[in-house]
Amino acid sequence: MKIGVCVKQVPAKDAPLAIVEGGAWIRESDIGFETNEPDSYALEEALRLKEKHSGEVVAISMGPERAKQTIKEALAKGADRGIHVADNDFFKLDPLNSARSLAAAVKRENFDLILTGLQSDDQGFGQTGVLLAELLGRPHATIIMAIEVIDQRMKLKRELEAGWFQWVELPLPAVLSIQSGINKPRYATLKGIMAAKKKEIATVERTSLGVPDSPTQRVERIYVPQKTKKTEFITGQPKEIAAKLIEKLRHEARVL
Amino acid sequence: MKILLISEQREGKWNKVSFETLAAAQQIVQHTKGTLTGVVIGKGVAALADELAGYQLDEVLLIEHDLLEKYTPDGFSIALRQLTDSAKPDLVLLPHTYQVRDFAPKLAASLGKGSPGEAGKGMIGDCISYRYENSRLIFVRQMFQGRTAADVVFVGDAPWIATFQAGAFRADLAVKQTGGKAPVKSATVNLKPEQIRTKPLELFREAKQAVDLTQAPILVSVGRGIKAPENIPIAEKLARLMGGEICASRPICDEGWLPMDRQIGSSGQTVAPKLYFALGISGAIQHVVGMKGSRTIAAINKDQNAPIFEVADYGVVGDIFEIVPALIEELERPH
Repeated sequence: MKIGVCVKQVPAKDAPLAIVEGGAWIRESDIGFETNEPDSYALEEALRLKEKHSGEVVAISMGPERAKQTIKEALAKGADRGIHVADNDFFKLDPLNSARSLAAAVKRENFDLILTGLQSDDQGFGQTGVLLAELLGRPHATIIMAIEVIDQRMKLKRELEAGWFQWVELPLPAVLSIQSGINKPRYATLKGIMAAKKKEIATVERTSLGVPDSPTQRVERIYVPQKTKKTEFITGQPKEIAAKLIEKLRHEARVL
Repeated sequence: MKILLISEQREGKWNKVSFETLAAAQQIVQHTKGTLTGVVIGKGVAALADELAGYQLDEVLLIEHDLLEKYTPDGFSIALRQLTDSAKPDLVLLPHTYQVRDFAPKLAASLGKGSPGEAGKGMIGDCISYRYENSRLIFVRQMFQGRTAADVVFVGDAPWIATFQAGAFRADLAVKQTGGKAPVKSATVNLKPEQIRTKPLELFREAKQAVDLTQAPILVSVGRGIKAPENIPIAEKLARLMGGEICASRPICDEGWLPMDRQIGSSGQTVAPKLYFALGISGAIQHVVGMKGSRTIAAINKDQNAPIFEVADYGVVGDIFEIVPALIEELERPH
């Protein structure tokens, strides 16, 4: 089975976010980046499918030079090779044009299966998997909690809302968006990290892919939202805070 | 502006978020002075179309087909593409449900193909509000897990597709017709079985929910800030002393530190207790939609910019491992 898995690099969870003047994007200097957590579940699922059915796992990431680190981490966990779609301005792309770029970059690979995470923790569009499927002419399914491969078909467990699930069947080749929590992602071993150094990362410039510049939407401004609720902050030493907070919950909010 | 509102049902029952998006569509149509068409899609759902026609809109289109009885992304996007091609709306609005996120980007990308220079439309997904300024519609959505908002506008020609997050608008503000009903028209779509590549099988629920968190008056909820499973008991102790139940954000249940049936948020339970006490929860949108209706919200988080403080009545910026033991001590003291 030849599996492509899309992994994105996003600001670290605890990174302090500052927005550039004009609100076009965040200030990227001085913050750390990490692999988008939802994508780590997709990668783990790809590695498990390879272990079960043999084949190859290719990690694909779009972004500036720093995105290579996310590919290297995927290689250290067991992916076989990487494709870096390089573009410093990738954050300006709308969901459709992001997907068009990725589709153009992977088209010749003819993957049996492409996996993505559910959404990215930065822009959070949550459309890449569905759009890749449409652009590549493949069927898709999203929010996947289990994958069984039977010959050229898959039986998939989809999560619906309010505790409901559904089994669906899809033919291969296909594209799946994986729900977070489907598995427990592995850590890279020292051996894996050493082995990754010999693995290939192919870099392709996004602008060389022939994707026309035809945006469907534009982010005009990113900003810190105005608070809609007035929060009363309670300060002091832990003991004082506890006393004040319990007092307020008992006598002001009257909920205890 | 001509607006299509695509409602959602499963097995003849509404997804109630449809009415929140209906309320949004009614407000937008007032600003833009256009028409609003409601759409009901499925099989054997004429009664739902009739119910929708009781709301203030210009007409309801009913799309019924054997191949639309069960949801498939191929069936729904092909049918809605045909409808959009013939109805020629400027704006298509949908509730941002799990089902919509499964097919709406595909529907958008399939629109407008074939015409010169036009290959695919875009979707602005998961919007929390909109503004109408200088004859322009600006959609507001969250980024960075709710830590920032973003103003997003469509570029290029209609149709445009947007979805609204659950809880973004109030369903009870959807306006009903004052007398009579909007006309219900049947719309025909052409679908062939071979166009549908997904085979939908049975719907099921996992183990019965052991605990109904919606009935708990007080909930103490833990997030990533709890750091390790061995720290769960102090939160449980706090919950017990307050007379409440313990619950968690998704990552904690994904890790298996608490069972899945204790999860609050878009993929878990939606609750509105009298007190929601959030410990080390950053307040990502997927979590907040499940608890923002709580009467009183208290939150402890080490990051003063955590979005949980957007919805909290009482906030403490600090270390839960210092403050929770102090709270426990305070609650154990006779008063």
